[in-house]
Amino acid sequence: MATSNVKVLGAWPSPFVNRVRMALKVKSVEYELIETNPHEKSELLIKSNPVHKKVPVLFHGDKKICESPIIVQYIDEVWTDGPSILPSDPYDRAVARFWAAYIDEKWFPLFQQLRDAQGAERGAVLEKISEGLLLLEGAFVDCSKGKAFFGGDNVGYLDIALAGCVGWVRASDILIGAKFLDETKIPRLVGWVERLYSDSSVKDLMPDPQVLIELYKKFQAVSNAASE
Amino acid sequence: MSSSSTEVQLLGSGVSPFEWRIIWALKWKGVDFEFIQEDVSNKSSLLLEKNPVYKMIPVLIHGRNSVSESLIILEYIDETWKENPILPADPTERAHARFWAKFSEDKITEPIKQAFHCAGEKQAEGVKALGEGLDILEGKIRGKKFFGGDSFGYLDIVVGWISYWLHFNQEAAGYNVMDQERYPGIDQWMKNFLEVEIIKENLPPSDEMMSSYIMYREMSLAFLNSNNKSD
Repeated sequence: MATSNVKVLGAWPSPFVNRVRMALKVKSVEYELIETNPHEKSELLIKSNPVHKKVPVLFHGDKKICESPIIVQYIDEVWTDGPSILPSDPYDRAVARFWAAYIDEKWFPLFQQLRDAQGAERGAVLEKISEGLLLLEGAFVDCSKGKAFFGGDNVGYLDIALAGCVGWVRASDILIGAKFLDETKIPRLVGWVERLYSDSSVKDLMPDPQVLIELYKKFQAVSNAASE
Repeated sequence: MSSSSTEVQLLGSGVSPFEWRIIWALKWKGVDFEFIQEDVSNKSSLLLEKNPVYKMIPVLIHGRNSVSESLIILEYIDETWKENPILPADPTERAHARFWAKFSEDKITEPIKQAFHCAGEKQAEGVKALGEGLDILEGKIRGKKFFGGDSFGYLDIVVGWISYWLHFNQEAAGYNVMDQERYPGIDQWMKNFLEVEIIKENLPPSDEMMSSYIMYREMSLAFLNSNNKSD
């Protein structure tokens, strides 16, 4: 199948864009990355995702697919001769989808809330993030069944969903000194994070937290200047 | 791994649209199941055990498996019982169906919840957002019998609840967004939806719906008022 007609529209720091890139890497699909400026909605972005105007967008020939969990499933269903991303059993698939949706709808948005929270609110949000990590630790035990990744021996759908967020979690850790990735509380997840950095499908797509911090500080400076 | 002939149970409240999506899907597939009525104000130990993260209905129990979140349950049903497929077979069409399902949850279901549970400005905000979501949906459905064209399928099951529920929701909460002139396509599709055999035969009784929604609205207003008093 021709792979030169695959393009990904998105910015490299985006956890959601990185999920798509990880999925393509698992399937050994070559693609062109069309870098976007996260602070500007380009004409191409608006045309490609008129409903939400958000990255990532996957172009495959004349098709365009939006929303990272949907794109990852599309990749899994189209490139069937590569390793599978979703588990084969319907119940395992449901569990993987459940936790990926939990990450996107309940847990990862807490990091945005943390940035906006003031005073006592911050403590409450930090508490929720930690509770979420305990749930994800439990999910890891259930899904991995004693193996290295949520997906078993190889990275799968849920690994990709969470791996995309790890850079930002570690950046938040450093910025606030919160120690989210505490091996005394979530030993299996901490082990899993370390393994991600050696896995060929994902290691090159895990942004350096220090670089993300610099980016974040630059963005804050620009926002502050704009609001003055 | 459970075989598809293992017993199936559905935990629900009786009137939640999200559990009725599951009922329609199971009926579409000809899957027998037992409906277990939950009192959501006094959750059973079964519900708490089977959905410990959200503690919400619907929950599908299939042998040792318990699945929650209605869109995830729909995919589980489609993948477990292969007859009468719900999602399209083509990956691109599946991706588009999933995209529009998520869109409907974010831009139609969420504003409906806001319009129902809130009052004053917050309610008006929800109603406005709902109108905008329906504008986009109108563009998607106008001129088509169902979302997939002539065939009834996934997106109809996901969004179709508004054909019946929106009326009770609006009545109880005192708003009206379904303008037939603004949404002729949606209006026609709702009629088509309610004519489908498995839908016609599987809707909660209207008197139960009205009394439940009036009660839920009263509870929401009481909650809002008690919060205001504590400021």
